[in-house]
Amino acid sequence: MKRSLIDILDFSVEEIDELLNTAMDMIAAPDKYSEKCKGKKLATLFFEPSTRTRLSFEAAMIELGGSVIGFSDAANTSSSKGESVSDTAKVISCYADIIAMRHPKEGAPLVAANAASIPVINAGDGGHNHPTQTLADLLTISREKGRLQDLTVGFCGDLKFGRTVHSLIAALSRYTGIKVVLISPNELKLPSYVKTDIMDKNNMQYVQTTDLEAVMPELDVLYMTRVQKERFFNEEDYLRLKDSYILTPQKLNNAKSDLCIMHPLPRVNEISVAIDDDPRACYFKQVYNAKIMRKALILKLLKEAGTI
Amino acid sequence: MNIDSIQNGFVIDHIPAGKGMTLYDLLGLDELDCSIALIKNVGSEKMGKKDIIKIDAAIDINFDIIGFIAPEVTVNIIEDGKIVEKKSMELPLTLTGVIRCKNPRCITTTEQEIIHKFKLTDKENRVYRCIYCETKAN
Repeated sequence: MKRSLIDILDFSVEEIDELLNTAMDMIAAPDKYSEKCKGKKLATLFFEPSTRTRLSFEAAMIELGGSVIGFSDAANTSSSKGESVSDTAKVISCYADIIAMRHPKEGAPLVAANAASIPVINAGDGGHNHPTQTLADLLTISREKGRLQDLTVGFCGDLKFGRTVHSLIAALSRYTGIKVVLISPNELKLPSYVKTDIMDKNNMQYVQTTDLEAVMPELDVLYMTRVQKERFFNEEDYLRLKDSYILTPQKLNNAKSDLCIMHPLPRVNEISVAIDDDPRACYFKQVYNAKIMRKALILKLLKEAGTI
Repeated sequence: MNIDSIQNGFVIDHIPAGKGMTLYDLLGLDELDCSIALIKNVGSEKMGKKDIIKIDAAIDINFDIIGFIAPEVTVNIIEDGKIVEKKSMELPLTLTGVIRCKNPRCITTTEQEIIHKFKLTDKENRVYRCIYCETKAN
């Protein structure tokens, strides 16, 4: 049966565990998977540019023995002539076996999934969802900490607009013993609906603070995001607050020795480059893990569709 | 004011005062050519004031719309001049083609053929969210 991944919650905890197990096996024995998707095609439909996510999907499919078609700029496609997302999805279903779609409009991959006869993976829809980033985050936490339960996870920076933060909180809400520490300026606090619809509903324990250093000692995972200047109403507030949310070696002085520092990237200046060589820095490992999880995901969806 | 009783049709009762016109519009009653009465601000022991809509025809009614606008409403179904069923409303789990998503970043704003659809995500607070972008309906 054809299935798609639009929202991380489309998959049960058991299915995510299965993906994590496949990913671990892919890391241990990559050759075992090198021809699993031989003769199959992934279509990367990127209606807005995102070089890294697209390359990650393409590398994933190539490592599975498959091939890739697609575009990375909507300007050269039929959508620029006014073709609907539904029609594009139906057309591509005749060319490829699976679609990875990025679109600036929220909900576009769901529209494509409803129209396509092949699986659709949401590779980011505006500021809404980016489930494969969340899969990468889960694999990173799982590999670094050896578990997805009983963890204190700090989210720092822009918690208001950060889609990766919302999705990861939603994914973690289904595991037991997770305590979330929300570290942000008041202007960029987590939206109240994430608290009521996700955290409260799942009895998730959480605290809010503006002080990163004060909570640092209790964190097992620190998920950094960028505080962007354009999110503030005035420059004074931005200048006053921006340094508080930049991670420096000094701020890590009282952190745990096995802290896992994450970031969805791209980083601008919110993590000092001096931290890159610290063994606790995991943000480049996340990039590798993202490719592996995309491999596991492509394999799962093609298997379920009966394509392989 | 004298409004005749109806033979076959519906009496939508206990509409909170002021919501009658909204229901009239959303149910598309202006497009019907049967007798319809919208009575506003009727005295009610229970509600203080209420609106009532009487429709003198056995039309297809979208009960989801009534449940969404006013779940406290009772719909009396009339056949041969008698009430044959008193139907209580409840919040519908999904709303299809009733309200529109107002998020300018939602795909529904650019793809005109997509039917706007919302799902009930918080029954207690009557929160509906767009299935495409999850924006709250208001």
